Amino acid sequence: MIGTIMRVSLLHLRRDRVVQAMTFLLPIAFFSIFAMVFGGRGGGGASVRVDVGVVDEDGSEVSTRLLGALEQEKGLKVSRTLKTRTGEQPLDRERARKLVQGGQLDVAVVVPKGFGKGFPGFAPGAPEVELLADPSNPIAPQMVLGLLQKVGMTAMADLFARGSMDAFERYAGPLTPQQRQAVDQWEQGLKPQAEPGAPGGGGASEAMAGGLVRTKVVDVIREQAPRTGIIAFYAAGVGVMFLLFMASGAGGALLEEAEAGTLERLLTTRLGMGRLLAAKWLFLTALGFVQVTVMFLWGALVFGLDLWSHLGGFAVMTTVTAAAASGFGLVLATLCRSRQQLGGLSTIVILIMSAVGGSMFPRFLMSETMQKAGLLTFNGWALDGYLKVFWRNAPLVDLWPQVLVLSALAVVFMGAARLLARRWECA
Amino acid sequence: MKPLLVTSAQKSFGETIALAGVSLELGPGELLALLGPNGAGKTTLVRAIAGRVRLDAGAIELGGRPAEAPGARDALGVVPQEVALYPMLTARENLETFGRLQGLAGAALRESVGWALGWSGLEGRAGDLVRTFSGGMKRRLNIACGVLHRPRVVLLDEPTVGVDPQSRERIYEMLTELRRDGASLLLTTHQLDEAESRCDRVVIIDHGTVVGEGTVGELIGRLFGGRRTVTLTLDRVPDAAVAGLELEAGSRAGRVLLDDPVEELPALLARVRAAGYDVEDLALHRPGLGAAFLALTGRELRE
Repeated sequence: MIGTIMRVSLLHLRRDRVVQAMTFLLPIAFFSIFAMVFGGRGGGGASVRVDVGVVDEDGSEVSTRLLGALEQEKGLKVSRTLKTRTGEQPLDRERARKLVQGGQLDVAVVVPKGFGKGFPGFAPGAPEVELLADPSNPIAPQMVLGLLQKVGMTAMADLFARGSMDAFERYAGPLTPQQRQAVDQWEQGLKPQAEPGAPGGGGASEAMAGGLVRTKVVDVIREQAPRTGIIAFYAAGVGVMFLLFMASGAGGALLEEAEAGTLERLLTTRLGMGRLLAAKWLFLTALGFVQVTVMFLWGALVFGLDLWSHLGGFAVMTTVTAAAASGFGLVLATLCRSRQQLGGLSTIVILIMSAVGGSMFPRFLMSETMQKAGLLTFNGWALDGYLKVFWRNAPLVDLWPQVLVLSALAVVFMGAARLLARRWECA
Repeated sequence: MKPLLVTSAQKSFGETIALAGVSLELGPGELLALLGPNGAGKTTLVRAIAGRVRLDAGAIELGGRPAEAPGARDALGVVPQEVALYPMLTARENLETFGRLQGLAGAALRESVGWALGWSGLEGRAGDLVRTFSGGMKRRLNIACGVLHRPRVVLLDEPTVGVDPQSRERIYEMLTELRRDGASLLLTTHQLDEAESRCDRVVIIDHGTVVGEGTVGELIGRLFGGRRTVTLTLDRVPDAAVAGLELEAGSRAGRVLLDDPVEELPALLARVRAAGYDVEDLALHRPGLGAAFLALTGRELRE
């Protein structure tokens, strides 16, 4: 008896290719995508490439060598200038701050005036290298911080030794000629022997590992928008993901109507398929808008999300996001043949899009390739827009790329849904 | 001017010919049954009339106008076989929805909904969700939603399937009222007894063509003339063929079609007795629509 039932189950499995794919291929596909997202694979290498702007206010040998060595680091994409309509202009502190606030740079390194003179900075109040950072990306400043210490050890050990001896002589008196000769020889040995950035380069000693370059991290977002938190990111990420689930689920009403014969009846009235889809899209867009609004209201009331001072941007982003999500839901519904098929397909597609697009894990922490791949998803554009509104306090006009892409997606999705729905029309 | 006129309708789906030149007409206030075995082309024809299938050739006219003419199908009401209603809406809300989609609004809509609720006997349940309705109530509402705009021609696809005899009777009362108001009804059904007793005329199609049409009496007269079916009930289940008798497997009953029962019956009874059986009962019938259907299509309707 048990064997008979097992045989029936096996026969079902053998003859149902969808179940086979869901059982064996889907887990592998999911694993691969999540490995690429969270493991940093996917053609872009394991490391995250960080965009760094550098500003040398000091112009000393110390600052020149420090920033020059930083430029050689493969994990960083260092720029000293800003491309504008009138040409390239050197970065200054204020421009660098705005670029970090706007998300065009991950971090800006500012070497203040007097840093080289005071190096290595044993004296109290000596100038420190400033890292202008966006706390929404906790990885980038830590990475640059570590690399600054590394290049400090590999490229500037001799300068550190000289500065240290100068300080020693200031407090303890001048060295004897023999001592001076020994120190000079030691300094020669500390000068960079290999390319900065290469493993084991330089004569830096482990004794210097405590932190050669004095630094401080400046949060350029908090000083601009003290009440806006990372909550906005999670509200947007989760909101967009569930907006997609809602849209595909509600779009499935079309399949229920087809299965129940109601669609056939509707199409014998004056309605027509075009108006039917338009009505469903408008309703889903309105429902999606309300769904996301309720979620952000909850965020505002319970978690202190600053919704009220971002209402304009929120309304714009939520409208275009809901419009595109509704179109996407209708594409899935018109593509599938049954409600069950829709359930399976939408779950797969939405989870993948959410993972790649940054709803589950911030895109700025992914590899460069995955960050670019995220822009192929609906979620990527929507989340970028919400982050601009809530995190970067961007004016409405700055949302144009996201509004344009999401609006275009809504149009494309509706066009695709209309074409796919032709199968229900006059045979 | 015929409310509905179909002329030489042809339609193929790939290699499959669904309609191979079907013609039919529906008179004012007439109830016409469209019969045929499964796959004969009934559904394709009904969908073509409803505008859901585009003909390869042929024409459909509604009230003297080509069906494709703007507004021509406003004169048409469609009642699908499925209970095509919104279960989470009330009866009134369903009627209002389909009324609006048929172009009704305002006072006209309110008046039509009120009429439909009374006509279908659902006034007392107007505010209840359709999912709480019995099968017969859903069927009645299903029909009401299709005729809310008072069409001149109504297509009914098996309107009584799956309902109890009382509900079936109520549905036919509703249809009679519609006819009284001047509507013409084209009905597909698998219930031959219903078609025989309720419809003015029948059209039988098979393999995409009309194989018989007329009143039931005309059809039977053409097919069988004065012949009658004789049914004999024997004293036991026959264990071998009895000459001239069509036996039902495992049954004591047998049938035979006689051209002249008065002349042929004594000889038949003599052959039965000669085979060693006694006749316990004997009945003489005029052949019915089932026999006509079988004669025209070579198949029982249930096949």
